[in-house]
Amino acid sequence: MSTHNLTKAALRAEGLPRRRAMNRLMELVAWLAAALAIGILVVMVWSVARRGAGALNLDLITKTPVQFNFGNAPSGLSNAFAGTLVIVGLATAMALPVGILVAIYLNEFARPWIRSSVSLALDVLNGVPAIVIGIFVFGLFVVGHGQSGYAGAFALACLMLPLVARSTLEVLALVPASLREASLALGVPRWRTTLSIVLPQTLGGIVTGTVLAVARVAGETAPLLFTTSIVGTQLHWDPHHALQTVPVAIFELSESANPADHAQAWAAALVLLLFILCTNLTARWLATRSRRKITTAR
Amino acid sequence: MAGHAQPAEDHDGPVSTIDRVVALQAQKRTLPPRERLERIFQVEGLDALYGGKPAVKDVTMDVYKNLVTAIIGPSGCGKSTFIRCLNRMNDLIPAFSQTGTIRYHGQDITARDVDPVAVRRNIGMVFQRPNPFPKSIYDNVAWGLRVLGLKDRLDERVERALTQAALWDEVKDRLKASALSLSGGQQQRLCIARAIAVEPDVVLMDEPASALDPIATSAIEQLMHDLKSEYTFVIVTHNMQQAARVADMTAFFSISRGDEGARWGELVEYESTEKIFTDPSDKRTEDYVTGRFG
Amino acid sequence: MTEIEAPRLSGRRFRPGDLSLQTVAGAAALAASALVVLIAYTIVRDSKPAWSAYGLGFVTRAVWDPVKHVYGAGSFLFGTVVTSLAALAIATPLAIAIALFLTELAPRWLRGPVTALVETLAAIPSVVIGLWGILVLGPVLRDHVEPALHSALGFMPLFGPPSTTGSSMFTAIVVLTIMILPIVSSISRELFLGVPRDLKEGALALGTTRWEMVRGVVFPYARGGIAAAMILGLGRAVGEAIAVTQVIGSTVSVSANLFSTGDTLASKIAASYQGAEDKAQVSSLVYLGLILLVFSLVMNVSAQLIVRRVVRRQGTSTRAGVA
Repeated sequence: MSTHNLTKAALRAEGLPRRRAMNRLMELVAWLAAALAIGILVVMVWSVARRGAGALNLDLITKTPVQFNFGNAPSGLSNAFAGTLVIVGLATAMALPVGILVAIYLNEFARPWIRSSVSLALDVLNGVPAIVIGIFVFGLFVVGHGQSGYAGAFALACLMLPLVARSTLEVLALVPASLREASLALGVPRWRTTLSIVLPQTLGGIVTGTVLAVARVAGETAPLLFTTSIVGTQLHWDPHHALQTVPVAIFELSESANPADHAQAWAAALVLLLFILCTNLTARWLATRSRRKITTAR
Repeated sequence: MAGHAQPAEDHDGPVSTIDRVVALQAQKRTLPPRERLERIFQVEGLDALYGGKPAVKDVTMDVYKNLVTAIIGPSGCGKSTFIRCLNRMNDLIPAFSQTGTIRYHGQDITARDVDPVAVRRNIGMVFQRPNPFPKSIYDNVAWGLRVLGLKDRLDERVERALTQAALWDEVKDRLKASALSLSGGQQQRLCIARAIAVEPDVVLMDEPASALDPIATSAIEQLMHDLKSEYTFVIVTHNMQQAARVADMTAFFSISRGDEGARWGELVEYESTEKIFTDPSDKRTEDYVTGRFG
Repeated sequence: MTEIEAPRLSGRRFRPGDLSLQTVAGAAALAASALVVLIAYTIVRDSKPAWSAYGLGFVTRAVWDPVKHVYGAGSFLFGTVVTSLAALAIATPLAIAIALFLTELAPRWLRGPVTALVETLAAIPSVVIGLWGILVLGPVLRDHVEPALHSALGFMPLFGPPSTTGSSMFTAIVVLTIMILPIVSSISRELFLGVPRDLKEGALALGTTRWEMVRGVVFPYARGGIAAAMILGLGRAVGEAIAVTQVIGSTVSVSANLFSTGDTLASKIAASYQGAEDKAQVSSLVYLGLILLVFSLVMNVSAQLIVRRVVRRQGTSTRAGVA
């Protein structure tokens, strides 16, 4: 029977209070879950900030590490920062052109079956654990030749490639067909159309995708363990030899028993975290800006 | 006492056609005098706004029990917005706000302490496009029953609802089949079955037949006629002939314009269907029902 | 009268420019695909000494003895399975709850910022999470959580004597949960956003509460996608080497006690990067990598298949709905 009275008393018979209570309980659970996630993030970032700030000083990037530092000799991780710069730079130089070309091929030239196979390959590549990439590059380049910055960079490039290719592909697909057709209708050859008309439209997206990929890869440790981790303490920039990197340095310092090492690890972690958070924010801001441009242009 | 339409002078084609239709249908409807009708909704001064911009202004009307009330008018006049106010469905739209009161059996359902869940329990809705759940035909009807605590004699209730919705014979052998395997007309009847299975007091219908073919449409119209004694129907329709066929009372909404291109809907006239179509008081109503605009 | 030369319309269909772009781009695509094959080949080749010596028994043998040259993946497989499944079991309901919060419950102004924050959690490098795990989380678990669990639930072998250093499978599980939470959450959020509004309204119009609507309409609709999200999360947990190796204690053990130390396939490889010298050990490590690779390929492909089936089903359902 339908009830006309909407007050709480009349509805008790239907179990509405119980159902409402269940609803409220689930709402509470959801709120708590979100609070928990944010709480964890805050706690982690706060730990890094508090402990890292204490040990953060210019020495970190200007001085080389001092082994067995029982005194208070100024010690830093300059070799690690230099190494990360070189290796991430090399990795970007390797992955970016290949990634863009792959995306161009898939979007402009490939037949459907080729497109789906290469996409599948990229997805598989994306799913290979970073540590497996590390031992792959180890087996490919390091065995017999020794570790090198090039090997490490190549390993990172393997991680970057699917990311760059996918984000480039996304923005290429956004370029309206009418733009290409207009250019082709004028008699401009295909290759010129792609490079001079289509590609410039996507530059924003490519930059954003690359920035995100760099942020992601700058913090990767696993691929570097087998390829560029056995290093001394001197500062050098030559990728023919193994270079120290920030993530590997943090990794090694974290396993040490010396609290001074821990302090250095926190400081380096703080710098790394700040770098990654800033690049993520920048990429996000770039993305919203270019999205706004596309929607207003339409 | 059958209400009858005076044979109108032959103005234009459309008027006389509607006269004839109304006359035919009038035999099916016996409308008691207004004072003896029980009011189920009392709307007073209702304004509905999206993001501060009015969609509907100053609606005052009563909806009567066990009648079919049609809301007609040109597109954009706020018919759907209005009907969604009656069961608090507009709460789901973020930028929505309203002023004025809507009394349901005397109780103001726009008040703060009223639970929209309870409101919707009593005032059901069928939507413009069929929206069956991705479940079996049986479960589409049974789900609501189970959740709302009407678990006893479940099979019986499901069969009764499907029968009332004129769908039972077509689906009785495949109740476990997915609801999405039905045709559009069948899906809409399933949605009607789903709505009436939980025995609401009122069923709101927002252009229920607009996406359907004529045969399915007439099935739904027949349904309303048959079930009127148990439920109260309020139907939004852009199809005047449909309103003339099924509705006892008809409310005509029209679009008013203001400065800076502002547009909103207003209730122009609310009378028995006969009167709206044969002898409308307002010129705007007359223009609309004779097809001169809209 | 000058003759106008007709433009040459016939002749070469491909300009050299076109051909070279297509060739170069095609070569890049080929290289990318070949890379995957190369990875598989190299891993198989480098692990050959191990699998030709130990065969498939390697997978279940729980021994790792560099001195006696007896190797087996058993204990690490155990570690991977326990830590990854436990992390998935904890993270999934949390992630779904968060996704529900972000799509149904949170006030609109809060949704963007919270979504961004949860995604930021995903951006933290694993080595930093591991550092925090060793120096902050581990001690807290060791000193407060594990003893409490042990005293309350110690009758179960799962909650045996607490760890002494803070490094344990339990810590690894907590760390992995934190790492896969954002993945499962963001995919679930996308799924929930994709539930058609009129389906939700149809349920609410019957007079059901929001939770009842979510349980009756949103969850069934998103079921397939959530399965895919879980598989992707599982893949992430299985493949995580760094944070796990920092907090798991690195021992060769198979124990029911969550508070004991252990190792996973990935973390064992990471832990051995400095020591591995002789061929047998190296190829055994690569054999571990091979198992890991097979795992991740299977999970990747399954997730893809599920996604494809869900997309196809949703496509047909919307088509049938409009008569």
